[in-house]
Amino acid sequence: MSSVDFKVEIGGLKLRSPILLASGTVGYGHEIAEFINMNSLGGIVTKSISLKPRKGNPPQRIVETPAGMLNAIGLANVGVEEFIKEKIPFLKKYDVPVICNIAASSVEEYVECTRLLDYEESIKAFEINVSCPNVKEGGLQFGNDLKSVGIVTNKVRAVTKKPLIIKLSPNVSNISDFAQIVKDEGGDAVSAINTLVGTAFNIFTRKPKIKNVNGGLSGPAIKPIALAKVFEIKRKVEIPIIGIGGIMDWKDVVEFMIAGASAIQLGTVNFINPIAADQIKKDLEEYCVSNKIQKISELTGSYILE
Amino acid sequence: MKIVHSPVKQIIELENHIFLLKIHSPEIANSIKPGQFLNIKVSDNIYPLLRRPFSVCDVEGENIFLMFNIFGEGTKILAHKKIGDDVDILGPLGNGFNFEDDFDTAIIVAGGLGVAPFPFLNRYLKDKEIYSFIGGRSSKDVITYKIINPEISTDDGSLGFRGTVVELLAQNLHRINNRKVKIFACGPNAMLRALRELCLEKNLLCEASTECAMACGFGICQGCPIESSNNPDKYLLVCKDGPVFNISEVII
Repeated sequence: MSSVDFKVEIGGLKLRSPILLASGTVGYGHEIAEFINMNSLGGIVTKSISLKPRKGNPPQRIVETPAGMLNAIGLANVGVEEFIKEKIPFLKKYDVPVICNIAASSVEEYVECTRLLDYEESIKAFEINVSCPNVKEGGLQFGNDLKSVGIVTNKVRAVTKKPLIIKLSPNVSNISDFAQIVKDEGGDAVSAINTLVGTAFNIFTRKPKIKNVNGGLSGPAIKPIALAKVFEIKRKVEIPIIGIGGIMDWKDVVEFMIAGASAIQLGTVNFINPIAADQIKKDLEEYCVSNKIQKISELTGSYILE
Repeated sequence: MKIVHSPVKQIIELENHIFLLKIHSPEIANSIKPGQFLNIKVSDNIYPLLRRPFSVCDVEGENIFLMFNIFGEGTKILAHKKIGDDVDILGPLGNGFNFEDDFDTAIIVAGGLGVAPFPFLNRYLKDKEIYSFIGGRSSKDVITYKIINPEISTDDGSLGFRGTVVELLAQNLHRINNRKVKIFACGPNAMLRALRELCLEKNLLCEASTECAMACGFGICQGCPIESSNNPDKYLLVCKDGPVFNISEVII
């Protein structure tokens, strides 16, 4: 038994560990469960669920870039109905808090999805993916528009009492403005950051390497950006932050927590090292013991500025 | 499906810059089936970041063999491994070839490095008659390592039949009249597309090993979709639903 207290709290969501698995990097848990102890995770954030199933983008969906990767999966998912029928029963077999990530093309769809899923007891919180095109606003991403993020937060808040987390886009000038509006409209926490928009070309065919042209950049390449965004939010807005962006090992976790994160999510690393969550937890315990940290939550926002 | 760290036993350079890496990996050797693949982390740092998928070329006792050419940074690092170096292997992954259905003649169709999985498959086809059709752009792209009864085609005619390997196969189909045939294929998408057409037209049973850029190799990244013939609303995944498919069930 570890002597370190790993418990963290994020906007009313009590978790036994700050280590969560990020949306879109572990599906609905089936495959990763073969590698790690689900029952010691802080939580699992599901692949984005939309009201109806989505086929997703044609290949090529993925390309490696320096210290990172671009993906354009296109929110391929099974839809609310199959998620409830097929995926939730599997997740229920484990003692792991499920955070349901929701994607939508309209405010109404966010609300309807949340409303339908709110009855599911095993869903402990919602994470709203606002990096989706708003069909009614000509495809502009919700997450790039302050007003839209405010409206989505407000309307979804009205249909659930569960902790409401908004996953913020880094592709904005001042991310703290977005965190502020989430707080003002009743959101409980923010996840920061989603992927950065990027692209890559094949120099021989002169075509984009990704069929969708643009993809979301993730991996160690984005870590310094993610840390700066977390730090910006921490300094300007009083709202719990879940840090995401290129975390590969325990040192990255500590860094995110120092910068202001109350918990973190592992994303791209799951593709490379599916046992990362367990390894990182063990290593974090050692770090805490040797640095006489009794509660891991002490780390959150513990930066020292000269 | 597990992660193992296995030591390199030997690096063999075949002709035309094709490498064979012999790795001592009893865990993989004892569990892998022909057509399944491994996702390999070639370095222990973030360059390259992602694993690289490889089919297993052959298995001898507790050793596995990977066949590759130097294509990018990942394969360059792999080719420079030293004897005793650890290889970080995730596998076995995906579904391999099914060689238990009713056929008496196996036809191997491969283009370029697509020959890689067949030395291992051949071991399971001992009681079948085997014909192999091997293609390449030119003679230097034709690999026949441990291939049984190869008939060769090259696009430029520098070796064997001038034309595609599927054209060569079509010309030879009369030789297998009245036999129960199963085709096993692996190669570039253009080859598989032409082969699929031929198989549908002639009503030939064929399994093809497909390829797609992927990250995880076991279904969590959703990076490797392939169009299904049966359900236009949902992609299959090359890594998890394949990489071997009945060629009629996918649109390549």
